[in-house]
Amino acid sequence: MEKRVTTGAEKLIQCLEREGVEYIFGYSGGAAMPIFDALVDSDIELILVRHEQGATHMADGYARATGKPGVVLVTSGPGATNTVTGLLTSQMDSVPIIVLTGQTITSMLGKDGFQEADVTGITYAVVKHSYLIKDASEIPRATREAFHIATTGRPGAVLIDLPKDVTQGPCDAPFVEDLDLPGYTVPTHGDPDAIRQAAEALTSARRPILYVGQGAVISGAGKAVIRLAEKLKAPIVNTLLGKGAADETHPLHLGMLGMHGTAYANKAVDACDCIMAIGARWDDRVTGKLDEFCLGATKIHIDIDPSEFGKMVTPDVAIEGDARLVLEELIPQISAADTDEWLSQCEGWRKRYPLKYAKQGGLRAQHVLDRLNEVATGDAIITTDVGQHQMWAAQFCKTTTNRHWISSGGAGTMGFGWPAAIGAQLGCPEKKVWAVVGDGGFQMTQMELATAAIHSLPAKCLIINNNFLGMVRQWQELFFENRLSGVDLVGNPDFVKLAQAYGIKAFRIRRPSDVDRILAEAHEYNEGPCVVVAEVVQEDNVFPMIPSGAPLSDMIVEKPKEQMAKPVGST
Amino acid sequence: MSSAQPTSPKQEIAANKNLHTISLLVRDAPGVLVRVAMVFSRRGYNIESLVVSPAAKRGFSRMTVTCSGDPSILEQMIKQLAKLVDVVHATDHTTSDRFETEIALIKVRCEGNERRDVLEIAEHFNAKVVDYSPESVILRVYGGSEKLDAMTALFDENAIVELVRSGKIVMTRALEIT
Repeated sequence: MEKRVTTGAEKLIQCLEREGVEYIFGYSGGAAMPIFDALVDSDIELILVRHEQGATHMADGYARATGKPGVVLVTSGPGATNTVTGLLTSQMDSVPIIVLTGQTITSMLGKDGFQEADVTGITYAVVKHSYLIKDASEIPRATREAFHIATTGRPGAVLIDLPKDVTQGPCDAPFVEDLDLPGYTVPTHGDPDAIRQAAEALTSARRPILYVGQGAVISGAGKAVIRLAEKLKAPIVNTLLGKGAADETHPLHLGMLGMHGTAYANKAVDACDCIMAIGARWDDRVTGKLDEFCLGATKIHIDIDPSEFGKMVTPDVAIEGDARLVLEELIPQISAADTDEWLSQCEGWRKRYPLKYAKQGGLRAQHVLDRLNEVATGDAIITTDVGQHQMWAAQFCKTTTNRHWISSGGAGTMGFGWPAAIGAQLGCPEKKVWAVVGDGGFQMTQMELATAAIHSLPAKCLIINNNFLGMVRQWQELFFENRLSGVDLVGNPDFVKLAQAYGIKAFRIRRPSDVDRILAEAHEYNEGPCVVVAEVVQEDNVFPMIPSGAPLSDMIVEKPKEQMAKPVGST
Repeated sequence: MSSAQPTSPKQEIAANKNLHTISLLVRDAPGVLVRVAMVFSRRGYNIESLVVSPAAKRGFSRMTVTCSGDPSILEQMIKQLAKLVDVVHATDHTTSDRFETEIALIKVRCEGNERRDVLEIAEHFNAKVVDYSPESVILRVYGGSEKLDAMTALFDENAIVELVRSGKIVMTRALEIT
């Protein structure tokens, strides 16, 4: 009997199996049919989504929760272009995802055939790297390289565009082990001289502070951050994405800094004399007005991506390397600094400017999230969408464990939260997963309720429903004389009925007195997904707030009496 | 490529003060030119000339890019170029100890008595006449970009029918790698 020939698609799936892929988040279509066909005989489980954007966010949530790359499979043309938002989201936040896109046959490339799009061309700006496979023999090497590039160094998104004749035709190329990437190096250990300089600067500082970002999450540097903080006796702050790298409930932790960070974190950053960025990139949400950021302070920057040095801030000491490895080399060279006065100053700010919210006047989102912190902290992964609820969740839900906080930071992608929770739940079946979303963002990917339902995933979706695009409404109130424009979400469905239409258990919270009971009940509900709709007050604002482009010292902790000038910073 | 209005050669000479010369060694992979060009455009740099040719090692190409833009972000932009997976290295050679050259083909309209003036200029700049027709000549000249600028500036603008320049190529001197 003649030996059956392996197709390009079968080879591709074998390559994915060798990379340890458990799930593919996908949506089928003509140009991807050979690959979907090859999946039938594979142990890799296909998670059929309801929109390709949802597939990318699921892969992203899976990757952030597990540290393993998430894989997406879609068809050509619109199937592929629907992944662009997800590629941007992952690439901006350094999350390893691999997106496989079907493509028209090679002889039709560039001829505007049915469902053809120049996908590598469209996505150049939102990927770490990409491939257009013209010959099936390239499949094993491209796949091996894609996984290596997506997961190492500063992780990111990699796309492989696969014409149908390539996946349908024969492929007898062997698997590839050895990589040949002369233009791609992965920094590990930092330069000893730079580390010594950093140690000297930190030890001689009187008001040092550690500023922790996504790089610390990725490298698992959290324990080293805590050890360094304790040895140096220095406070810690983290970015939105850095939440959880180092336990936010540690006594030296001041929580999140930046635009909607805690007042005490921002006051400490503004007053420090030495700040060390650990896998953080001095984002505009963090620094406010750059010219006035940490004036006079020594700036140390640890980053695995040297192109971050000098992009926003030119550091006094730059250390190129993996955050955890660099800290482990740094810590032995540190001795306790004379920081008692500094720490008591920080504690003073913590007492004087606590996070607070109005306890009366209806159901408050902050109250719901404050209680979610009680119910879920410790053992739950929390994902968020983008907007007011995201900032309140970041403030009130203290993240104690690495990879337990999943949020779209750089891209600020609405529609991220719920599919990300599905991906996280698949990656971590033993953990509780809560998505905290707003009514606006949720409706961008709400069709993925079906995906969670058919897999009986016990992920929980907490919809903070104020029937507004609350963050934009807040800005219009504060900076645009309350001229509301494009923010009223009148026409929202009844989210409880919507969930029930998918056969999903749903709860509604109307009164503050309902909060604890319903959150606890939802937390323990494990038969499948559930939706909790919190009908919160329509108009509430996130404070503290540093107006975009303003210095940290311009932070406001409550609504000012007078109309404020329009912010000058980016968005 | 430059989308600016054509400027006179003299203006170009003045603008040259802000030009940077960047050399890249890249993998000869599909899309590498687009990826490189996108870094320049995203950071607001204008590519004035671009030379891509096979490198000594098989499978690699050499790019020499002459560009203009905000000098304060040059170093960081070069890091972003180096970060591309297919870029082996990217180096700014604006101030390196280097040899650089460029070739120009200049088609000059000249009839009768004008021809003598044209040939005189050509001789002065060591240019070779590579095409001779009753109404025109094509001159081939090579050398530093400034020399080429100076030579073209000597012709009446209306006399130059066509000008094609190869773009600058550079190589660092001695055993230093470009």
